Amino acid sequence: AGVRGGLRVPGGARAPSPAVTTFPLCRYLLCASGDFVKVYSVSTEETLRLMGGHADLVTGIQLNPHNHMQLYSCSLDGSIKLWDFMDGIPIKTFTVGSRLLALYTPASAEDSVFVVIPKKGERDTFQLVSVKLTKGAGQDLEARELSVVLDGVGASMKHIAFGREGAYVVSVKEVNLQVYFFKRKQLNRFSLSTMKTKGGDNHFSCVVCHPTEDCIATGHADGKIRLWRNFHHRKEYTYSTLHWHHDIVMDLAFSVEGTRLLSGGVESVLVQWHNESSCQKDFLPRLGSPIESISVSSDGALCCTLHTDNRITIINSNLRFSRSIQGLIKSRDVKTGLVVDPRTKALVLNGEPGHLQFYCLQSDQQLFSLDIVQRQYIHQAGLKQSDLVKVAFSARGTWLATVEESEEVTDPELQLKLWFYSEETQSFELNTRINTPHDNHITDMCFRDMDEVEDDPLILVTTGRDCVFKVWVMVEDTDPEAHQSVSWSCDFVGSYHNYQATNCCFSEDGSLLAVSFEETVTLWDSVTWDLKCTFCHPPGNIRNICFGRLTCSKYLIGATDYGFLCCWNLLTCALEWSAHLNIVVLQPDPLSEHIAAVSWLSKESSLFVFKPNEPRPVYVQRNLCKEKILLAAFVPRDEPETISSEKYLWLRRSQLFFLTDTQELMTLSTKSLEERLTPSSKQLAVEESPLVTPFSLLLGKHRHQQSKEDTDLGKLVVHNKHEQASPAVKELLHTPAHVLPSASFLCTIFINSLLISKENKSAEEVADEVEMESEKPEDDSEEEGDVAEMEQEDTSHMELLGEVTCKLSKSQEKELRKIRKTDYSWISAF
Amino acid sequence: MAAYKPVVVQACPKLGEKITQDTLYWRGYKTPVQIKEFGAVNKIDFSPVPPYNYAVTASSRIHIYGRYSQEPIKTFSRFRDAAYGATYRDDGRLLVAGSEDGNIRLFDISGRAPLRQFEGHTKPVHLVGFLSDKYRIFSGGDDYSANLWDIPSATEIISYSEHADYVRCGCASKLNADVFITGSYDHTVKLFDARTKSSVMTIEHGHPVESVLLFPSGGLLVSAGGRYVKVWDVLKGGQLLVSLKNHHKTVTCLCLNSSGQRLLSGSLDRHVKIYSTTSYKVVHSFNYATSILSLALSPEDETIVVGMTNGVLNVKHRKPEEGNEKSQKKRQPAYRTYVKGRTYMPKQEDFCVSKPVKRVLRKYDKLLRSFQSSKALDAVLEPPIMVHTPEVTVAVMQELHRRGTLRSALAGRDEKQVNLLLTFVARRVIEPRFTPVLVTVADMITDIYQPVVGQSAIVDKQFLKLREAIGKEIDYQEELLEVLGMMDTLFATFTKKRDTYLEENKSNDLTEIIETDMNG
Repeated sequence: AGVRGGLRVPGGARAPSPAVTTFPLCRYLLCASGDFVKVYSVSTEETLRLMGGHADLVTGIQLNPHNHMQLYSCSLDGSIKLWDFMDGIPIKTFTVGSRLLALYTPASAEDSVFVVIPKKGERDTFQLVSVKLTKGAGQDLEARELSVVLDGVGASMKHIAFGREGAYVVSVKEVNLQVYFFKRKQLNRFSLSTMKTKGGDNHFSCVVCHPTEDCIATGHADGKIRLWRNFHHRKEYTYSTLHWHHDIVMDLAFSVEGTRLLSGGVESVLVQWHNESSCQKDFLPRLGSPIESISVSSDGALCCTLHTDNRITIINSNLRFSRSIQGLIKSRDVKTGLVVDPRTKALVLNGEPGHLQFYCLQSDQQLFSLDIVQRQYIHQAGLKQSDLVKVAFSARGTWLATVEESEEVTDPELQLKLWFYSEETQSFELNTRINTPHDNHITDMCFRDMDEVEDDPLILVTTGRDCVFKVWVMVEDTDPEAHQSVSWSCDFVGSYHNYQATNCCFSEDGSLLAVSFEETVTLWDSVTWDLKCTFCHPPGNIRNICFGRLTCSKYLIGATDYGFLCCWNLLTCALEWSAHLNIVVLQPDPLSEHIAAVSWLSKESSLFVFKPNEPRPVYVQRNLCKEKILLAAFVPRDEPETISSEKYLWLRRSQLFFLTDTQELMTLSTKSLEERLTPSSKQLAVEESPLVTPFSLLLGKHRHQQSKEDTDLGKLVVHNKHEQASPAVKELLHTPAHVLPSASFLCTIFINSLLISKENKSAEEVADEVEMESEKPEDDSEEEGDVAEMEQEDTSHMELLGEVTCKLSKSQEKELRKIRKTDYSWISAF
Repeated sequence: MAAYKPVVVQACPKLGEKITQDTLYWRGYKTPVQIKEFGAVNKIDFSPVPPYNYAVTASSRIHIYGRYSQEPIKTFSRFRDAAYGATYRDDGRLLVAGSEDGNIRLFDISGRAPLRQFEGHTKPVHLVGFLSDKYRIFSGGDDYSANLWDIPSATEIISYSEHADYVRCGCASKLNADVFITGSYDHTVKLFDARTKSSVMTIEHGHPVESVLLFPSGGLLVSAGGRYVKVWDVLKGGQLLVSLKNHHKTVTCLCLNSSGQRLLSGSLDRHVKIYSTTSYKVVHSFNYATSILSLALSPEDETIVVGMTNGVLNVKHRKPEEGNEKSQKKRQPAYRTYVKGRTYMPKQEDFCVSKPVKRVLRKYDKLLRSFQSSKALDAVLEPPIMVHTPEVTVAVMQELHRRGTLRSALAGRDEKQVNLLLTFVARRVIEPRFTPVLVTVADMITDIYQPVVGQSAIVDKQFLKLREAIGKEIDYQEELLEVLGMMDTLFATFTKKRDTYLEENKSNDLTEIIETDMNG
């Protein structure tokens, strides 16, 4: 058993590459996210399935044009996988060999797909190749038959498009457009001028083809959209220009019939162009964040936009916002740090610009988004926007303090806001707003955590670069006719030799306040605000400070710029121990004495967990990940976890989460990824009824009549009954073949099910029982222990951790149970 | 998808006096009417029955004034020497007054000559009043005694000689016909019961008592003397409830308003203070020209009458309620038009079509939503917004600056508009809450219109004005800093504690110095 370091949180994974979305039916939405392909339900926004198997980033997904229940995906690991996304099982894996950057599956190509691969021997040159997918028997196949179609193409998915019926392929790169006609084997090249006149920038950003006409739409870096026609001729081609976007056009999409063109960009406005000649257009403004890509469902009823902040918005065909799928919102810069809301145990950090997101780790959902700045956000590059920089919660989560500042260096528009949690509205309400609390940037902020004593007023401390720290207290307004009963005001301003205040921290009992001023840590009495003593460990400024907790509350820990971790004893006022480590993050566990420190040295992050009273770390994990870890947070568990190994006892009460500089959320876990997945995500709602369309109504009626006729005729009665009555057969047919037990096992069941039992009743009972069992497969997982030992099949393609017991997959367990039940009933019938 | 968020206009807390319900209420009086009396006004008493005439005792006369009359409607002048403390009976038909010669006279309101004369005090009588049974009179004199008289027979019932100094004030209980209270210069307030031979309670006020007052409930007693107003709980045996020290000279008179929610006190320091009787905090105060001797409030707080040492009677009448008349003129849709159909509960088979709530945006917000910067700026430079709510104008300027379009919005304006802009900037740039934004604006304007300086006399004048305003402000700030430096030195010498205290003072008072790099 071992702790897996650097696991991405499922779903919370911040897709580092532009994820690609596609609608297979109107009911599902497929999305490539990290190493996975996710299947969402359009109606419930739930993640139905997470298909993993690629070893690297998934770069493209495309539906199989010949079978709409199948999906091709390509990845940087050099393989193309064919999936049955309804069941989430890989059907075939084709190994190509080189990194695959984009995937296209035009319907005209019978048994080949097109991928973009880097050209051998040259850097940053890519080519579009067609890959012949061999029809082999096995699952893993080699696909080495590559033929180059186009050379010198862009690496992005958006830079290549296939024309109507796959007759031609268009590729754009920089200012060049090339069209290759497959039939005539002719390559036409067109190029625009590279001159940047009048702020114009002709670089191509994306390309799409009209689904029915010979028309190409291209987006440009200066916000123009050009519609190309007549490109069969090298000279007599024409193009018309549509211009609304003021910045780069990120993606374009034609509607299914080709009557409308959708475009989106940094402005976060979805623009719908009706007719190129009349320039008539509709807008869907304020979508929240820049649009990364647009895709339209196959029936044209919906379209979805993918945003840069890791969010998918589903939009009706009449350009009305329908719903959005969002996990952890990705913001440009997480300035607030990772904070845990004491009330909901949710992770709190920057969300949409100016918003604070409350992200529930258990359900991978955003609980809510609190608008802090309350200003219209203008999506435009180069503006000095104000954003949230600091967040602090009081011990019980009733008060929330936020600091917002504009990006201007010299004169930051600072605002300190205090929010009170209202039980009635179940949300935070603004209580006090303080303009310019400090004259310069605020560096740190903390509440005095006073859990036990109710009488003590709450205290908030802010430290600023204007060389002071300020103490804010809650003042109760005694006037009974006043509008608000409490408000906040400044109580004390302290400074130390005109040094910049950098960090602040209260001791566990709230009696001491530690404030670091550049190289020095000062300790203040929190009642009289007298300076008690100072600590210093030159050279180097103090980067982080924190007090020990519980039994170690007499220690103060500090990390300095020059790579020292120091522990001072508050009783003796002396340095207890120090270690030479370049600590980036120092995070105390609120429920135990442990303190987690993350160091950054020679391009790898390492984790040290220690107790302040002993200089030896409790746990060391070298090379946690390659990225620099910027933030960490301990999230208390709902109930202490049973951890057998002594090494990981510190993980018992709370879980440690990290955020890296690539904005990936990671955790340390003793369990494997598969185990942590919620059971709901494993069950695809297969039984969902199809959409009610006029056609289906008609057809349904027709079928209904037919079946009625059948019964009237007295034919196939038995057969019908069996179809309904034997869930075993149904299960057998639905279960993927590779997880079924051997045929000899299944034979008896199958035959049994075909037999007509004398008492219909008993068969029904059996069926009921089976159904009941299958409803609660989680409850009796202990019982399965013996069964599992019986069947020593090694199914573990994953790393099994914790207790070493081979567990069977769910469907196998189900099957086994069925075998037992059916066997008995069958015998008893005799 | 979020809706458009309107521009946040920074609300600034108003400095100075806080506007409360009380200030609004007590400000609702017209400018006072001044009436000159012959001597210091020692007592004012309102008739308890309509039309609420009031008796003013000054010098040797008692004047009766009507509600709006500036001349006395009746005068009682049958006094050889000064008259004191003319008081109405509960039914408003009899009036009693003491005098310098020690006699007490009882008048009928309609008559002229006294009905009865009570003789017994050997020294001047400053305090007279009716008990609530209407048939007896109590009095207190400078001969240290408090007497009780029978009206029909004009004889003395009982005389209490318990005080050790002049008895100058008192009042009768409204609930119990036998109880009255006297306050004396011997620093005590005594409570008498006519059925007993001696006082039943003595309260030490601590200063010569100038005025006493009993709450309508009879449970609380207010005494005024020296600079203090003290409230006592009578039912608890005279326990001190609260001591108010809001005047800086002797408090001479007390009065309750008609609802009993507010207590008024007048003092020689020329102030009338109004206290809330729940929190005993001062909720409002009036200023007068000279020291106040007597004070009375008519029923329904219609009139405040204050008598002063120089013999001036100050009468304030409440302004008529004007709101009602106006609202009647402007006919608005009936309430039921607004609530029509709102209360309908949809039934199960009903198909609900939700109508989006239409949000009303201000004009500048509409323009900002559609990114029309110049027009948005025009909208907030219109006189009503610019003059009355400069914070809106500044907020829009700040928003434009945030969007990076302020420069283009300011540019391309004609002489009139530039003049308007510069007037606004020159006037408001020195206000600390607007300074950061307006300094930027002024900077941009000078940048943009620098090439055309000298073409228009009006604009040039405005530029000079702006320079003047900023120069003045800089001088002012320099002076402030000098004062601050001096104070720092003083504090440093006085404070034993270390520099932390100094820091506190510094950052509390320090205001930003305007950047000197900009000048018109």
